[in-house]
Amino acid sequence: MSAGTAKLNVTVAEVKPINDLVTRFKFIRTDGGELPTFSGGAHTVVEMQDDGFTRLNPYSLMSDPADRDAYMISVRRDDQGRGGSKFMHSKVAEGLEMVISNPVNLFSLDLRAKKHLMIAGGIGITPFMAQMQQLAATNGHFELHYSVRTASLGSYAEQLSERFPNRVNIYHDDLGQAIDLENLLIGQPLGTHIYICGPKGMIDWVRGKAAALGWPREAIHYEEFLAPASGKPFEVRLAISNKTIQVGENQSLLEALEANDVDAPYLCRGGACGQCETAVVECDGELIHRDHWLSDEQHRAGKLIMPCVSRFDGKTLVLDR
Amino acid sequence: MSKTDFPLSIDSRPVYGVFEMRAGKHHLMIADAEGAEALLDLATAAPADLWAKTHIIYIPKTTGKKYLGKLQALSPDQFYAGPSYEAAKQRIADTFSKAHMGLQVYLAGTEGLMGQAMYAATSAGIPHTAIQTEHRGSTARRMQCVHCKGITEDVTHDPFICSHCGLNLFVRDHYSRRMAAFQGVCIDAEDPGNVPKSVGLFK
Ligand code: FES
Repeated sequence: MSAGTAKLNVTVAEVKPINDLVTRFKFIRTDGGELPTFSGGAHTVVEMQDDGFTRLNPYSLMSDPADRDAYMISVRRDDQGRGGSKFMHSKVAEGLEMVISNPVNLFSLDLRAKKHLMIAGGIGITPFMAQMQQLAATNGHFELHYSVRTASLGSYAEQLSERFPNRVNIYHDDLGQAIDLENLLIGQPLGTHIYICGPKGMIDWVRGKAAALGWPREAIHYEEFLAPASGKPFEVRLAISNKTIQVGENQSLLEALEANDVDAPYLCRGGACGQCETAVVECDGELIHRDHWLSDEQHRAGKLIMPCVSRFDGKTLVLDR
Repeated sequence: MSKTDFPLSIDSRPVYGVFEMRAGKHHLMIADAEGAEALLDLATAAPADLWAKTHIIYIPKTTGKKYLGKLQALSPDQFYAGPSYEAAKQRIADTFSKAHMGLQVYLAGTEGLMGQAMYAATSAGIPHTAIQTEHRGSTARRMQCVHCKGITEDVTHDPFICSHCGLNLFVRDHYSRRMAAFQGVCIDAEDPGNVPKSVGLFK
């Protein structure tokens, strides 16, 4: 078994700043061949070799799923983050060879839907870019509602409005424009599915409102990858590999496992997919759960941990890995 | 007593639940015969304003006028009573085509009614797990002959004779969601005429 999915060797073909915060990267296969197809909503995990330290960050593919010559991602610079986005912005230039994962889709369209209603906030627009191109090519019925801070920070807003004038609605925070969510939801024809990608507050707001209005759970889709947070360093014992490892301040537990050559599964690296779930053998201290995969009861029970985002504070932690 | 405990069976056999109140802008309730009791039971727990947002489509079948008065006394926003599912079909299709998200669907009564209304609802785009069902009354089955594809309604005996092609059919638990029917398979294909005695399994 190998962690993650198959890897692709790619070359950066273009680095294009979109606005003050967002830069777009284009990858082509280093051997010149075709890239695997993907479906709208898929992400790829980009490996970054940063000062002897490997970072793996997931980014949604935003290019046309039918285009097998190149993949595109957009990265928003996060100065408070642990450095992945800063690395992409400052160290990645045209011609650099990189390794990315095969696409994985944890946010796919439900093609049984009669209509796809998309709600995006900020950089959450990226998976929808691919989905809209996929739907446009297959005559799918969709509508986008996209909230941006200001016109100048609204990545791709203009381009989308031009391409899909009747399907794209842009809301500018600085002009006090907001989605009239209640009326939007009430007016949707039967068979509509809703998709939400953006900040946590937005996802919770839309999910809560839709549920209160009687939308079935199965028709509500959202993607919320957390970036692993930094925290106090800690030590972990690994029962199966018989190792004791250190997790650094700016490292996630999953990254520490990988740095010590322990084969640990993952897909999203953001606490959403459940793939990295690991059993806790012994715990003397406090598990700092940050995922939204495990239930509240599971968090309290302390028998499981999601190493991609969660941490530990205390004396002894032994994992079944 | 209109309730039945169905024995565990293969996965394709539908299972039914007990209605619970769910948030919704509109509520569509489709019932036949004793299915009316499930709606009346729900009424004891439902908030008073539920019925003003509710459309009831009811097919009394053999219960005649027994439940009509009580259902009408709930004062639903719309009430329709008709002779058969066939007769109500267009009304159901129209209702779904004009409906919006937030509609809650409740199906009660016989398996044949629930299965057909379930198919209409899922075709309209409602995920089948989001549709509530409650079985009441007859356990007679709506059967499809796998040979001639004809449907025989209200089958109570196994084996039974296909009302279209006349084959002797064995009643299976294998269920087709698309046809909203259990599958009937010829029981004497290898040895024509060798048909076990028909037993009344369903009431
Ligand atoms: S890798 Fe997806 S939850 Fe940890």
